Amino acid sequence: MSAEAAAIHQRADLGEEILRVESLVKHFPIRAGIFKHTVGHIHAVDGVDLTVKAGETLGLVGESGCGKTTLSRTLIKLTEPTEGKIVFNGRDITGLSRRQMREVRSEMQIVFQDPYASLNPRMTVRDIVSEPLRIHGRHSGAQGRSRVDELLRVVGLSPEHANRFPHEFSGGQRQRIGVARALALNPQLIILDEPVSALDVSIRAQVVNLLESLQRDFGLTYIFVAHDLSVVRHVSDRVAVMYLGKVVEIGTKHDIYDRPSHPYTQALLSAVPIEEPGQRGKRERIVLEGDVPSPANPPSGCRFRTRCWKAQAICAEQEPELVDRGTGHPTACHFAEVVKPLDIGAPKPAPTA
Amino acid sequence: MPDPVLSIRDLVVEFKTEDGIVHAVDGVSYDLFPGETLGIVGESGSGKSVSTLALLGLIPQPPGRIVSGTAEFKGRDLLKLKKKELRRVRGNEVAMVFQDPMTSLNPVLTVGNQLGESIKTHYPDEKGDVIKQRVIDLLKLVGVPNAETRYAQYPHEFSGGMRQRAMIAMSITNSPALLIADEPTTALDVTIQAQVLEVLKRVQAETHAATILITHDLGIVAEMCDRVLVMYAGHIVESGDVETIFRSPRHPYTIGLMDSLPKLTEDEEWLRPITGSPPSLIDLPPGCPFHPRCFLAREKCRESNPPLEPVGGSAHLSACHFSDELIGHKSKFSQEAVA
Amino acid sequence: MTDSSISPRGSSPAQPTSPPAPGPDLPPPHAGGVEGTLEAGLQLKVRSQWSYARMRFFRHRLALIGLFGLIVIFGAGIFANYIAPGGFSAINLGNFQYLAHPSAKHIFGTDELGRDEFNRVIWGIRTSMEVGVFVAVVSSFIGMFVGAVAGFYGGWIDNLLMRITDLVLTLPALAILLTASALLGQGSQWRISAILVAFFWTGIARVVRGVYLSLREKEYVEAAKASGGGDMRLMFRHILPNTLGPIIVNGTLAVGTAILVEAALSFLSLGIKPPTPSLGGLINDGQANPQDWWLTVFPGITIVLIVLCVNFVGDGLRDALDPQQRRMRA
Repeated sequence: MSAEAAAIHQRADLGEEILRVESLVKHFPIRAGIFKHTVGHIHAVDGVDLTVKAGETLGLVGESGCGKTTLSRTLIKLTEPTEGKIVFNGRDITGLSRRQMREVRSEMQIVFQDPYASLNPRMTVRDIVSEPLRIHGRHSGAQGRSRVDELLRVVGLSPEHANRFPHEFSGGQRQRIGVARALALNPQLIILDEPVSALDVSIRAQVVNLLESLQRDFGLTYIFVAHDLSVVRHVSDRVAVMYLGKVVEIGTKHDIYDRPSHPYTQALLSAVPIEEPGQRGKRERIVLEGDVPSPANPPSGCRFRTRCWKAQAICAEQEPELVDRGTGHPTACHFAEVVKPLDIGAPKPAPTA
Repeated sequence: MPDPVLSIRDLVVEFKTEDGIVHAVDGVSYDLFPGETLGIVGESGSGKSVSTLALLGLIPQPPGRIVSGTAEFKGRDLLKLKKKELRRVRGNEVAMVFQDPMTSLNPVLTVGNQLGESIKTHYPDEKGDVIKQRVIDLLKLVGVPNAETRYAQYPHEFSGGMRQRAMIAMSITNSPALLIADEPTTALDVTIQAQVLEVLKRVQAETHAATILITHDLGIVAEMCDRVLVMYAGHIVESGDVETIFRSPRHPYTIGLMDSLPKLTEDEEWLRPITGSPPSLIDLPPGCPFHPRCFLAREKCRESNPPLEPVGGSAHLSACHFSDELIGHKSKFSQEAVA
Repeated sequence: MTDSSISPRGSSPAQPTSPPAPGPDLPPPHAGGVEGTLEAGLQLKVRSQWSYARMRFFRHRLALIGLFGLIVIFGAGIFANYIAPGGFSAINLGNFQYLAHPSAKHIFGTDELGRDEFNRVIWGIRTSMEVGVFVAVVSSFIGMFVGAVAGFYGGWIDNLLMRITDLVLTLPALAILLTASALLGQGSQWRISAILVAFFWTGIARVVRGVYLSLREKEYVEAAKASGGGDMRLMFRHILPNTLGPIIVNGTLAVGTAILVEAALSFLSLGIKPPTPSLGGLINDGQANPQDWWLTVFPGITIVLIVLCVNFVGDGLRDALDPQQRRMRA
């Protein structure tokens, strides 16, 4: 094991923080008219506080419009934050220029969702995987070549494939190439943006296992963004649930999956179809009414109130803070209450549709 | 046993491409009985969509080609119907709901207009306000709020989930005997998916239509379907009623597929993937298409393609030479959850 | 890679384990796991994008005819020295024949000064070829650069560059070309070419800008950015190779258009003037003697043939490089 990985493992045992985000905001302007003046904002990420510990996997779940993808891009400054603070390895990187960020980038990498769009179709696999090395001046001659070969082997491909083009590979293999590229600079933190959603079901397990074994071998920290709750449960240590730009509940995976206290989390878990036909009709389903409000115009107070069966006057007036309300983990609801949608025969949690 | 609504026999569909001939569907046969929901499960390349698109003449020919097979529906072979006759069947007796609600609706016509058109095409003598009322009733049935106002709105004013509901409404305007839903919720968020699946259930209860539900999500199959066909590389590899298949699958692919899924309700240390990659449909391996990835594979599997045969109980079929060795295998999902 | 002496994470078991063998407690017949992916996936023959494009091009019959035509015609222009020695204005003092009909000796006839028309046409082809290629290449370069910068950066740069482009596009091209050629052209081939370039770059710029706008959000560009890549790398190493298709197609078609426009200008005596050879000029000269049809018809047909061949090839290239993908659902 490399010295770096050993160091990470040690830090993991100490529970050290590798990334901290404070009140992070990312708004996208909406432009209209001939002069393209700003008529409003999309509140993609609207005040997020998070910490990630070295060596852990933080799962980030939510549905479309929740801001998890924007958050993942903003964390590594692929998009500049509108407000807030990002601290990586004890260093405030919020205001760093692109040139200054370059060095930091070798420590934080990203794997994308789409195996077809994330690899340049006109570059060979070798070019793709070695590019990060070349950008940082670490790719010279034989040493560079052997590093690329090693990376390919680590992800389960053969160095023979280095001279081929992406279109000659299957979706799962392309994702592996993407992972090899992310590992090239020996990063400490990798953001995984829906890394298996676009893959066939039988291939997902291969790639998930690969990611987990790489994490173990190289002491990596993962932020795993996904909408598939089963996969997130499997890979994560802690999970944050997002809705309309905010984190509504965060805790260990057992907190979230076995003891969820926020109504949205409960609705989410209750909506996932379970592969047990015997349980059909026995599970109390929470079916939410209506659709997600527009992120350009989030509801006042608690954003979830427009679809929540518990909503009261206070929910419109006061935005609930993300704090522990007696359930053991932070949750942002005035009426937080532990309900277990994954238990069959549990008491009816809410009026169904 | 009532007569089947739909009987497919030996359907073979090919596509001509630059790289060679793609064998998308390679000999598919099954029956669909009235009122039941049949799930067709498979990954990309399994042929699940192509085999049903072929029924409604929705495969572009060229480059596609229906090589052989019959599809008996109410006494007629759908595959042999002329274009004009097929058009009379589509949207009337057989209806289809597609995956992407964004592109299935015409953006320049109001939703009410489009649904109404579906009725007018098949019943041109109906009066305008009768049609309008029916459309509004249908929108109410699928749970579109404020149906009267929504009638006059355009698709872009509907959200994704509502558009899919409108699509479902459109599909049942003429009370079809057969409803085909091709990955109807794949593009939707999980909470919206739950809504749409509820709508589908309600619609089935109302119309008693036989339904084919195509999906790659085993959870949806478990929730919605009575019987299921598992497809791989253009073949049906296993079929049977949902409870049996989930409790004791008898094909290595089905087992591998279930084993590779992470469980929502339990922790696992490692997942159990199926090794290898899906096969190229141009260069199919000889014999059983699954054998390069199969943990049971032997010499025989390379030599001959196993036929789909009953394994214990005539309703449970499996296409594996060695399905006997899987007797007694309990799937990952067969445990009853703790109350 | 595994080192069992260090525990992976606080909450996991002490011994790192490996992913299990496939199947329910049955031994795998072959090495399963990750290596199994290798052979199964790489069954497609090794074919690069370019060879697919080449295949598609050669299937296009018209394109092949056009290509053949161009090779012949432009070949004649390139080897004008050998085919038509003596140049454009050569007068055969030895064997004088004014306004002779096309014959075995003078296959395109002669003009009022006894010059062999065939010779003149060949030299005219050479000039047309030079103008066409020059204008296409230079305007492509300029357009490519402008389009790249505008499309990649967006914002005010894009706005500025696009307004300039729009300005050029809205100018009444014909009027300006005529005026510019008359005032600045001075009959010189290169000046006229430069004037044409000033108009042609805008088309390519728009196309390239469009491609950049659509590709700059692509994940492979984001990936390069995430690795620390600078703008130059993103623009030229990543996006540019993906714009070559439209550039090649547009550039090829521009050759034909440039030749046509130059011929028109020369025909109006505003473009290239003698002694520099030009097909348009030949047609103009021939106007004086309309009954001697060979003086106008042969140069005219040559222009038409060139433009047609160029367009066929351009069509074939467009098909080859940008085919309509058929979506096939599984």
